[in-house]
Amino acid sequence: MDQNQLEKNKKKYKKAIEPFQPKPSYFKNCFKAFLIGGIICAFGQGLMNIYIYYFDLTEKTVASAMIGTLIFIAAILTGFGIYDRIGQFAGAGSIATVTGFSNAIASSALEHKSEGVVLGIAGNMFKMAGAVIVFGVVSAYIVSMIRLLVQTLIS
Amino acid sequence: MGSQTLKFTNGIYIQSTATVVGPKEAEGPLKVSYDKSYDDLYCGESTWELAERKLMSEAIDLCLQKANKKNEEIDFFLGGDLLNQNITASYVAREKEIPFFGLFNACSTSMEALTLASVLLDGGFAEHVVTAVSSHFATAERQFRYPTEFGGQKPNTAMYTVTGSGAAYISKKKSKIKVEAATVGKVVDLGVTSPFNMGAAMAPAAVQTIKTHLEDLERKPEDYDVIVTGDLSRVGTPILKSLLFDEGIDIYKNHQDCGILIYSGDQKVFSGGSGCACSAVVTFSHLFDELAHGMIRRLLVVATGALLNPLMIQQNESIPCIAHGVSFEYGGD
Repeated sequence: MDQNQLEKNKKKYKKAIEPFQPKPSYFKNCFKAFLIGGIICAFGQGLMNIYIYYFDLTEKTVASAMIGTLIFIAAILTGFGIYDRIGQFAGAGSIATVTGFSNAIASSALEHKSEGVVLGIAGNMFKMAGAVIVFGVVSAYIVSMIRLLVQTLIS
Repeated sequence: MGSQTLKFTNGIYIQSTATVVGPKEAEGPLKVSYDKSYDDLYCGESTWELAERKLMSEAIDLCLQKANKKNEEIDFFLGGDLLNQNITASYVAREKEIPFFGLFNACSTSMEALTLASVLLDGGFAEHVVTAVSSHFATAERQFRYPTEFGGQKPNTAMYTVTGSGAAYISKKKSKIKVEAATVGKVVDLGVTSPFNMGAAMAPAAVQTIKTHLEDLERKPEDYDVIVTGDLSRVGTPILKSLLFDEGIDIYKNHQDCGILIYSGDQKVFSGGSGCACSAVVTFSHLFDELAHGMIRRLLVVATGALLNPLMIQQNESIPCIAHGVSFEYGGD
């Protein structure tokens, strides 16, 4: 079959299968993501309030303690096989939060436990989260450069 | 016979089959048909790869036990699975010490193996051949998708890899199940790129194979009591039916899909089951039971395979797909 005909067939097929694809319900998915994401954030805020009340922490320093706790809880839930179920329900609601980052690292580490501590766990831990870290660092660098530039220009 | 179809004239028969499955399959509607099941994905082993190996090894043992055969009496073992370098089949072959052909055609390996086994027997190059395929939910997830505990959301078009293994022992001795003809599939790719939509990717391959099979043998769909596809699932099945209908082939009445048969509607498996074991465990248990009892007189199994490689998908390639069809007949009376 020549290339043009093949491309045409591919386009035709793409159109033909459209009616057979189950439609994702965007509104329902957004609502679920909002609900679970919101619960996670509200829980974090609650933790912050408790930490400030009971410990010697300020509003600036409490954030790390709260994030640390959330990461710990998410890792535990990943280990018990619960977080992937939450993820299937909530979608972006539980992926975009810091708990999703923790899940990505913990699940990769768990998955490669069978290949040993060094090559398995350590070598594969950042398999999924690595991209997030790279782009996080790169974008932080760019943003701070812009800020520095604007600041020097203004003064 | 025709362009792609082989007709076996010397009488090739399935002597015995065995199926071993994982927990989710054992909860499914075909639970009574399987020979053995495990209620844990690890199957009592320390890694998932070892678990899959155990499934295949036990399926072969059970299959040969039923026919009272020993490993030494078997001429060839044709096996395959989904993992890189066919590790499950290779390591099982190391243990069984039977001359070995390692096969990979993704989820259509079950019928590829049966076709080649029949060719070996029909050509007089072997007397006793064993075939086995396996797949495992966790090993497949790890290789093709994300870590099993990763909380990413999957779309409803995704499939659930069947955990299990099916083995068949074939020879020329007359039995209730006759391997009558086989159609070797061509690789078809109509540009589907999502590994979460393999049903839609594989449907055109199944269309090609079924159409050619019927043309080569000058048959109509009604000549088969059941035409069963491997793992098109709830997304690919309606596409297949409608595409074939456009070609003037109506299989609405007698078509079934192993990926839909294996799980019940309330099991959370997205659009259905997939994997090498999907077509194998359903055909070798439930469908062969019906065939052996004469409830089905002629059965066409079209195992569909998505020849998916995650690296190629990342390089923006689409998924090439293949389907192999084997026709079985009631050989009793």
